[in-house]
Amino acid sequence: MNRIPRALLAFHAIFVLFMLAPLIMVVLVAFTSKGYVSLPFDGASLRWFRAIFDHPEFIAAFQRSVGLAAGSATMAVLLAVPAGMAIAWHRFKGREALLGLLLSPLMVPPIVLGIALLRSLSQIGGSGSIAGLVAAHTVVVVPYVLRLVVACATGVDRNVAHAGESLGASPATVFWRIELPMILPGIAGGWLIAFITSFDELSLTIFVASPSTQTLPVMMYAYIANTIDPLLASISTVMLALTLGAMFLLERLFGLERVLGGKA
Amino acid sequence: MSRASFALPYWLSAPGAIAILALVGLPLAMTFALSLHPFLPDGSVGGKLTLSNYEQIVSDGYYLAIFARTFALATLVTLVCVVVGVPEAYVLSRLSSRWRAVSIVVVLGPLLVSVVVRTLGWAILLGNEGAINSSLIALGVIDAPLRLMFTFTGVVVALVHVLLPYMVLAVWASLQKLDPATEQAADALGAGHFTVLRRIVLPQVIPGILAGALIVFALAASAFATPAIIGGRRLKVVPTTIFDQFLNELNWPMGAALAATLMALVLSITMIVNAFVERRYKQVFA
Repeated sequence: MNRIPRALLAFHAIFVLFMLAPLIMVVLVAFTSKGYVSLPFDGASLRWFRAIFDHPEFIAAFQRSVGLAAGSATMAVLLAVPAGMAIAWHRFKGREALLGLLLSPLMVPPIVLGIALLRSLSQIGGSGSIAGLVAAHTVVVVPYVLRLVVACATGVDRNVAHAGESLGASPATVFWRIELPMILPGIAGGWLIAFITSFDELSLTIFVASPSTQTLPVMMYAYIANTIDPLLASISTVMLALTLGAMFLLERLFGLERVLGGKA
Repeated sequence: MSRASFALPYWLSAPGAIAILALVGLPLAMTFALSLHPFLPDGSVGGKLTLSNYEQIVSDGYYLAIFARTFALATLVTLVCVVVGVPEAYVLSRLSSRWRAVSIVVVLGPLLVSVVVRTLGWAILLGNEGAINSSLIALGVIDAPLRLMFTFTGVVVALVHVLLPYMVLAVWASLQKLDPATEQAADALGAGHFTVLRRIVLPQVIPGILAGALIVFALAASAFATPAIIGGRRLKVVPTTIFDQFLNELNWPMGAALAATLMALVLSITMIVNAFVERRYKQVFA
C-alpha cells in the first residue's frame, strides 16, 4: 500500500506549494510596512490592518455580505429542507424532474444568471435592492443545501419515524422530535456551505448589486480593477482567517470532501 | 395511503420549485427573448423580432475571435487540470490517512476562499515585479521580467489554480470506488508499477476524469473574475464581453445574445460528451 514512488511525492509537494502560493503571497503582502505591494522581509507592520478601519465602506460592505449570506442561507434552508425530505423519503411521479429543477441553478453560468436577474428584477424595480440580492443568492445556494439534506435524509432509518407514528405521535411531533433532529447535521452543513458560497459570490452579484448595495467581493473587484495595494491583501487576510475557521468547522463536523463533493 | 399523503411530497417541494422557476427559469426565458430584439442607435430596445444579434455574432470577426479565445482557454485549462489533477488524486489515495487529511484541506480548502482573493494572489505573483519574476531574475534564469499579467499564459495559470480542486475531487471519488484487489492481482502476476497504473488503474478512473474535465471546462468557459483581473481589458473572453455589453455599452440585447450563445455551446458540449461517456462506459456504471 505505502509504495509511493519518490517522483510522485515530489510532484505532490510541488502541487501543494502551487495551491498555497497565491494565498501565502496575499498574507505576506498584508504585513508589509511599505506603501506598495511588497514582501514584509525588510520591514513588517500592521499598518495595512489599521488602514481597514479608515475605509468604512469596506466594513459596511463586509457587514452587508454577512447579512446577505445569513439571509440567503436561511431562506435556502427553508426552501430546500422540505423539498429534500420529499425527495429522500417519498417515491412520487416527477421526482427526478423535480430534483433536476432544484439543482438546475448549478448548470447556469453565474454571469448568465446575473444578467437574467438584472433584466427581470429591473422590470419590477427590484434590481439593486437588498431583497433582490437575497432572492438571487437564495436560488444560487438552494442546490448546495438540497444536496446535503438529501444525502443526510437518505441515510436516516425511516423505521424510527414509523415507530413514533404507530405509538400515537402526531405528524407535527414526528417532524419536530424525530425527523428534524435526525437530518440536523445535513441542514447545518448545508447552511454553512450556502453561507460561504453566498459570501464569496461575485459574477452574479456584480450585476444585481447597485453602488449602494455592493457586497465585499464586488467592492474588492471594483478596487482591484483600479489599483492593487496592500489594503486589499490585508482585507483578504481577514477573509482568509474567517474562511479557515469555517473550514475547520466543516472538516470537524462532516469532512470537507463530503461537503464539497461535486460542488459545481 | 390517504389522498393527503399522496399530495404531501408536492406540497413540500412546491415553494423551492416555484422559487427556482420564478428566479431562474423565467429570467432566462426573458433574457432569451431580449436577445431576439434589435438594439436601436438611440440606446433603446426595438420592438420587432430579429436574429440580427446572432447574425452579428457568427459573422463579426470580433465576436468570433472572442469565442475562439474563450474555448481555447477552456480547453487548455481542462487539459492542464487533467494532466496535473489525475496524478495528484492518485497520490492522495495512496497517502497515509493522517497526511491525506492534511492534504485534502490544502487541495480542497481553496474552493472555500473567494475567487477574488485567490486571483489577487496571482496578480501579486505574476506582476512584473512579482515573486515569480523577481526570483527568476535573482536566479539568473532571465534578464528582463516575463510579461505574465494581462497575458493568456497568466490567465491559464490562475484559472488552473481556481479549478484544479474540482478535477482532483472528481478523480478521487472514482479512485475510492476502485477495488484494491485488482491492483494487487496485477502486482502478484508480475506487472510493474507503471503497467499497473496504465492498464489497471487508469481505465477504471476514466469516467471520473471525464466528469471532472466536463466540470472544469464548463466553469473555465464561463469564468469571469479571473480573466477580468488577470487578462485585463485587452484579453477579452465571452463572460467579460457580456459584462461590457451590459454595464458599459448598455447594449443589453447583444449581451443577452452572447450569454445565450455561451450557455448553448457549453450545455451542448457537456451533453455530447456525457452521451458518449454513458454509451462507452455503460458496463463501468452498471
